[in-house]
Amino acid sequence: MDNLLKIKNGAVVDRNAIPNVSNSVFFSSLAEFVKNDGYIVQFFGYIENGINRLIAVVRNRDLYVIETEVGSSFQSLTGSTSEKFHLFEREIAEQFGIIPEGHPWLKMVRYHKNYTGAPDAFGNDYAKEHIPGNYHYFQVEGESIHEVGVGPVHAGIIEPGHFRFQCAGEEVLHLEIQLGYQHRGIEKMMPSVPQKRWPIICESIAGDTSVGHNLCFSQAVEALASLKVDDKSSIVRSIALELERIANHIGDLGALSGDVAFNPPAAYFGRIRGEFLNLLQVLGGNRFGKGLVRPGGVTHVMEEEQIKIVRAKLHELIPEIEHVCDLLFSATTVLARFENTGIVAHEMAKDLGLVGYAGRACGISYDARVAFPTEYYAHLPANENNTTDGDVNSRASVRREEIMHSMQIILQLLEMYEQIGATTGAVFMKEHSLKANSFVVTINEGWRGELSHCVLTDNNGKVQRYKIKDPSFHNWTGLAMSLRNQGISDFPLCNKSYNLSYCGFDL
Amino acid sequence: MESFISLAIALLAAPLFPGIILKVKAFFAGKQGPPLLIKYYTLFKLLKKGSVYSNSTSFVFTLGPVISFASAVIVLFFFPFAGNAPIFSFHSDVIILFYIMGLGRFFTVIAALDTASPFEGMGAAREVFFSTIAELAIFTVLILFYRLTGSLSFSEYFIGETPISLVGVSGALIVFVVVSMFMVLLTENSRVPVDDPATHLELTMIHEVMILDHSGPDLAMIELGAFYKLYFYAAFVTHLIFPFVPANGPVMNTVIFLAIMAAVYATIGIVESIMARFKMNLVPKFIFTSFALVFFAAILTIGVIQ
Repeated sequence: MDNLLKIKNGAVVDRNAIPNVSNSVFFSSLAEFVKNDGYIVQFFGYIENGINRLIAVVRNRDLYVIETEVGSSFQSLTGSTSEKFHLFEREIAEQFGIIPEGHPWLKMVRYHKNYTGAPDAFGNDYAKEHIPGNYHYFQVEGESIHEVGVGPVHAGIIEPGHFRFQCAGEEVLHLEIQLGYQHRGIEKMMPSVPQKRWPIICESIAGDTSVGHNLCFSQAVEALASLKVDDKSSIVRSIALELERIANHIGDLGALSGDVAFNPPAAYFGRIRGEFLNLLQVLGGNRFGKGLVRPGGVTHVMEEEQIKIVRAKLHELIPEIEHVCDLLFSATTVLARFENTGIVAHEMAKDLGLVGYAGRACGISYDARVAFPTEYYAHLPANENNTTDGDVNSRASVRREEIMHSMQIILQLLEMYEQIGATTGAVFMKEHSLKANSFVVTINEGWRGELSHCVLTDNNGKVQRYKIKDPSFHNWTGLAMSLRNQGISDFPLCNKSYNLSYCGFDL
Repeated sequence: MESFISLAIALLAAPLFPGIILKVKAFFAGKQGPPLLIKYYTLFKLLKKGSVYSNSTSFVFTLGPVISFASAVIVLFFFPFAGNAPIFSFHSDVIILFYIMGLGRFFTVIAALDTASPFEGMGAAREVFFSTIAELAIFTVLILFYRLTGSLSFSEYFIGETPISLVGVSGALIVFVVVSMFMVLLTENSRVPVDDPATHLELTMIHEVMILDHSGPDLAMIELGAFYKLYFYAAFVTHLIFPFVPANGPVMNTVIFLAIMAAVYATIGIVESIMARFKMNLVPKFIFTSFALVFFAAILTIGVIQ
């Protein structure tokens, strides 16, 4: 712990202040931290002056950062310390060709050429085979074993991803998930494009989390450019984030209902989701919250008329949602499908470092809105979850509780908004000069869980490395573990209960 | 003459009734729902299209839709709709008819296996397993009917002055049969809670997944065959509910028949609206329940009749 530098969410740190320690100290400090109930927020590589560097941001109740220089390889902590390092180490290997020695399952993450031209960590020739999945999947052998491959192209309007099931009859022994089909190279793109394009790109990291990702991005730029956001804009941002959360949770509850062929709630929730998207449009002119949040504030000042619309709509919808939730959660046939399906035990969830509702459904109470509050969240009450058995029912119940909670806090935010005086007005994206040689990490509780962006600037105030982490990065493994010894016909239900982002993972 | 008319109604109106299910479901979901004639539009759409065949399939794959369609149609020729004599009938035709439907299923299954798709293999395994249990229930019904009438023919069950029905002498037993046959109907026609005809999730499907690779006219044949099959089962249940005695006259019988048919379809829609699907491993128990019900009724006949 002594070797780590304590930092604040969304506060600029001079890069010289980040402890640059030797390899052994770096890894022993991280190992000790993670073993003592610590979680990884960011762990990534970058190259400066031809030197490979690794930087890690970790959290328990506070945030810490630590850095080291490595050669072409480093000692993997995945096998020896914790599964939490697993994907991060694979990502480092893929992006920079730095090999985590002793990694138990060194496999590509998104299937792309590394950034530096170093020898490929997996021996792939990307010019020859440019489709992800050039890899020998884990296989179970035996007479009654059969393999089911699903995707990357799916029925319905979902994103591409490949799922490989090893089954004994109807029972799934192992599920392997391969993503990367939507890799757009966002992290690499960010430092190279004009600043005006940044918010547009960040809104498209994951289309269902545009407010969340843009908030992370805007807070990072605000920190680096020393911009102040007035309280009123802060409240609008919080409301937008909550509306996004509600819309997605409602949509997913409807989809869960549809997946078990229980139609009425699916139809009602489908409509109600639209109402919340429309409220986002009332706030910022776009149903998915695009174009609302910009560094320095928001592009649309909320006026009395909008407050009235949002408040009236919420008062109208709260009883409706309660009613439909009751319909869904009191149907015995639905509960028979939800309960004891896709269980991830509390211990397992901690090992994997699950975040968001997936984590909370397993009894990990972490909520970035409470632990590292941004915007107006420090003034708002926290939510509590009562069903934490780690099954589909828990994940659905947590969402139900969050929907009710979010609607209440939006009403509170509206009231607070009316009591605050003037606002600085609307802001628009312009060029900002960023503080040189600085480091900032921003964390927000997006609807799926902990979102984090991390920006490093060089001596000229140019972005040296832009790192993005969607909560899906933590949680996909949770889905794979949910499927162990489950019926394969319950996969769609489990999948929907997580509803992870493909493009947020693929970047 | 009535025989031909009622057969013609069956052949033409079978795609109409599933529209009722959709309307009922839409009503429960607070939606307007698709038009009542949606299934006809779908059939015409499919017939206008071409079929696509995978290189890995053989003639078996093209045989599947034809035989499953033919088997569904043949059964209609033997069924006394609204108490009108069927076109064909002979002693113990029921056994042959249920196995002709089994033949249709067999070809659907091997056509599915012919695609070598893991999904379709899974669907085929489920279909075969579940319909094996459903067959048990069906044949127990036939045993019961044999004890009641001493016959093994649809026309002898449902035509004449004393057809088998709820209001007949053994009506108490038929209550069990109605419930049981309705459960079999849901199973055999891949309805909720056994299967979900509306889902797009291959991994959860039973019947639907086996026909994923069929397209165009082939798919139209499969769909139409499925409508006929459902019509047959619904007609079976309808006859159990109401005795279509000649005294009513053919017109009255037909009107009552179609009304009860609509009610049976509406009931399917209601069931699909008020309950979710079972977990896959509960489905066999559900079907076994249908068997247990008629088996109980069959046991009762031993004391009641003799």
